[in-house]
Amino acid sequence: MTTVATLTPPTLTPQGGRRRRGIELIMLGFAIVLTLAAYSAVQMGVLGRYPTDLPVVTAYLVACAGVAHLAVRRLAPYADPVILPVAFALNGLGLVLIHRLDLAARAGLGSLLPSGDAGRQMIWTALSILLFVAVLGVVRDHRLLQRYTYTAMVLGLVLLLLPMLPVIGTQVNGARIWIHLGPLSFQPGEIAKVVLMVFFAGYLVAKREVLTLASRRVLGVDLPRARDLGPILVAWAASVLILVGQSDLGTSLLFFGGFVAVLYVATERLSWILIGMVLFVAGSWFAVITFAHVAERFQIWLHPFRYAENQSYQLVQGLYGFAAGGILGRGLGRGMPELVPYAKTDFIVATIGEELGLTGLMAVLVLYLVLAERGLRSALGVRDTFGKLLAAGLTFSLALQVFVVVGGVTRLIPLTGLTTPFLSYGGSSLVTNYVLIALLLRISDAARRPAPTATPATPATVAITGDAPTQAVRT
Amino acid sequence: MNRPLRRLALVVLLMMGALLINVNYLQAVAAGSYANKPGNVRTIYDEYALQRGPIIVDGAPIAESVKTSGRLTYLRTYANGPMYAPVTGFYSLVYGTSGIEAAENSILSGSSSNLFVSRLRDLLTGQAPRGGSVTLTLNAAAQKAAYDGLAGRAGAVVAIQPSTGAILALASSPSYNPNLLSSHDPQSITKAWQSLQVDPSNPMLDRPLTRTYPPGSTFKIVTTAALLASGRFTPTTPVPGPAALPLPGTSITLPNEDKQPCTPGQTMTTMAQAFRFSCNATYGYMAMKVGWQAIYHQASAFGFGHSWMIPMASAPSVFPQNLNLPQTAQSAIGQFDTAATALQMAVTTAAIANHGTVMNPYLVSQVQGPDLAILSRTQPSVYDQATTPQIAAEITDMMVSVVQSGTGVNGAIPGVSVAGKTGTAQHGGNQRPDAWFVAFAPSANPQVAVAVLVENGGGPNGPSFVSGNGLAAPIAKSVIEAVLGK
Repeated sequence: MTTVATLTPPTLTPQGGRRRRGIELIMLGFAIVLTLAAYSAVQMGVLGRYPTDLPVVTAYLVACAGVAHLAVRRLAPYADPVILPVAFALNGLGLVLIHRLDLAARAGLGSLLPSGDAGRQMIWTALSILLFVAVLGVVRDHRLLQRYTYTAMVLGLVLLLLPMLPVIGTQVNGARIWIHLGPLSFQPGEIAKVVLMVFFAGYLVAKREVLTLASRRVLGVDLPRARDLGPILVAWAASVLILVGQSDLGTSLLFFGGFVAVLYVATERLSWILIGMVLFVAGSWFAVITFAHVAERFQIWLHPFRYAENQSYQLVQGLYGFAAGGILGRGLGRGMPELVPYAKTDFIVATIGEELGLTGLMAVLVLYLVLAERGLRSALGVRDTFGKLLAAGLTFSLALQVFVVVGGVTRLIPLTGLTTPFLSYGGSSLVTNYVLIALLLRISDAARRPAPTATPATPATVAITGDAPTQAVRT
Repeated sequence: MNRPLRRLALVVLLMMGALLINVNYLQAVAAGSYANKPGNVRTIYDEYALQRGPIIVDGAPIAESVKTSGRLTYLRTYANGPMYAPVTGFYSLVYGTSGIEAAENSILSGSSSNLFVSRLRDLLTGQAPRGGSVTLTLNAAAQKAAYDGLAGRAGAVVAIQPSTGAILALASSPSYNPNLLSSHDPQSITKAWQSLQVDPSNPMLDRPLTRTYPPGSTFKIVTTAALLASGRFTPTTPVPGPAALPLPGTSITLPNEDKQPCTPGQTMTTMAQAFRFSCNATYGYMAMKVGWQAIYHQASAFGFGHSWMIPMASAPSVFPQNLNLPQTAQSAIGQFDTAATALQMAVTTAAIANHGTVMNPYLVSQVQGPDLAILSRTQPSVYDQATTPQIAAEITDMMVSVVQSGTGVNGAIPGVSVAGKTGTAQHGGNQRPDAWFVAFAPSANPQVAVAVLVENGGGPNGPSFVSGNGLAAPIAKSVIEAVLGK
């Protein structure tokens, strides 16, 4: 294989142009039925009666799903039919769980619309769907985004650093990841996740040839040249800066992990992953020995019950919730998920574990797995390098986020504050993830569109301009 | 670049796989141990959402759970709380459980494997599961007589049915109100607990079960059994009866309580006379003749050194070993290091009443499921044959004479032949002595054996002259009357 590999046709042929929009519609119907059933179960469990506003909620869900579906049908007709229904099902389940926690907090709160956090999240859902449609409408070809590579970099860095500004940035629960502008507050790091992935993909399309060059082989691994270490060191430094400046382990890990994954896909060099891991371990070690709050996170992880009454109260309460749920769960509305602090945001999977049990939690995790694998399948299918890298980066960052937050809550890894995509309460997260799947659908639309209409991949011209390509011969 | 994409897909698969394995471990394997962690309030909330079964005495609940409108659904309430507290124990949010509440928790909470069928039925019919009930052997009238008899003075009363070992009364005084510890308000519970803990009268001490006292002259029952079993003495064998016994190798003597010879004006006496008037000098003499081993083995046969599970564990009573002669003489009259619970003295007395056979004492007569089906009924069981029926009968005769015309006349009941033994036990320095009385009745066909202890001569307001006859015998009398329906 040579450096002009991108010009050779992809091994995966598009699926003959079958649109499968009908399948998507049926699955969206499933997602709506699932949400309505869960909503009824919650009201039955907490209030002992079936919801009285079922027609209103049904209409709302049908409207949201319908608008999204029609937009995909019109703007990305060949897009993957599974991604949107899976995301919508998770979103619907999230709304129900937030409503369930609203009910627990204020007994007697009978209606979903428009009260409580669930009501606010419904508004965010509607806004997210509108933004989803807008992204599909404005970004008619994902390759257009490549033009904004460096704009994305600047925007992404600004978003990441905003919370560190004195007046608008605020520290909540030890992490400085929020900004407040008047009555509005959001987590710019969430949006930066998508913006920076555009930059990574665009940047690596340009630089992958250089970064693929090897200096020497050590233990069967090709090490890159020392002077090419610049980008990964910059990314690493930025992630350490986030960790130190914002005390935000989660965003830091997500940011760096996403970059290394895209770097690996771009260069096919395993050595980048090894270097990334070494840097990550070094950074973590540095953080643990330098910063008390990071060290505390590790102590809590290792010995949660030693600090059960104070520092690890939340983690331990979450674990008790999972334990109470057992295999089949307590049933929606029949557990005590409100005993876990921040059950609506970081710890929403603890609510799932308690009320829907191991069974329900595994189903949710499998939904995420399906979402991630469909995203990576789009990356495999699309012909252009930028699309591949962007799809891979967006998908991997979503999967990594699920891993970090669910792993943290279930004590597989140290706990870091992150939202659970589509499930957690919070506007910035929901909006970002809908934008993310809009981009994935856009790329999968390109991947699955019948060959004749496909435009030639653009990155080849960029690739050939790279320096000293002759060395890059490999098996 | 499809190969790294496939590898990335594999990495995602591994990450999700790790999460799946971990949640399986968490929710299917470790869940049980998390549920049992102290401080897991979910377990408490779950527990309080079930109707805990009642504890029943004579057909009426002395502890039951009543529905409330609070977050914790059921409230545990105790009828006659202080009177039954040493039996029921408490059921507390903050301090766990004690007494029968702890010992029979699996039945009361409904978690016992005996209740599996009942739980399955509840699951299928959608009925809220409930706990099973525990019926006690206590006799409400006897318990009331015991508790009222102590009248707030520090002390303990245990009454046992001799033929079975069923405990008819188990009272401790001063007592506490378990309702205060079983409320749903952690702050008031903590406050009540702390004030009980610092109370100098020690109201939460389960005296009849967990505290050992020098048994004093009531221990002479055990010593007498050992003496008769040795074959060296009979109730009528002439033995020295001095006012005080010089203890060999020391400058001290072992005097009789009244500082008089056992048989007035005589140097010799008999065992029967020495028992009837509780002559320490004579008993010291005879004990030194048979040696500490004989008394030790006799005491063990009555249950000394054994922790009774009634089902709550009692403190083991003690008869010391490796004694020299003066120590043997003192230990044989229930002093020195001899120490017994009121329960042990009741068991000992009941064994004499039961022809020398020691029955295991027990409190729970039967347990029932929520549907009132009887799950198990306690079968009386033998602990040991402590002495022969012959010796038991001889001791019974001597005990009858104690009440008829000896040191325990206050235990007499008109028309009933009561067998008894008094005790006045010194315990350390300037403390007023403890007063004991053990008895059973009717002597020919014993229905009840009782041990009564009043600490420190009834306290500072007690009589200046402390005796088992004066302080303890009237309580024993009223308990016996209650059981016999007099």
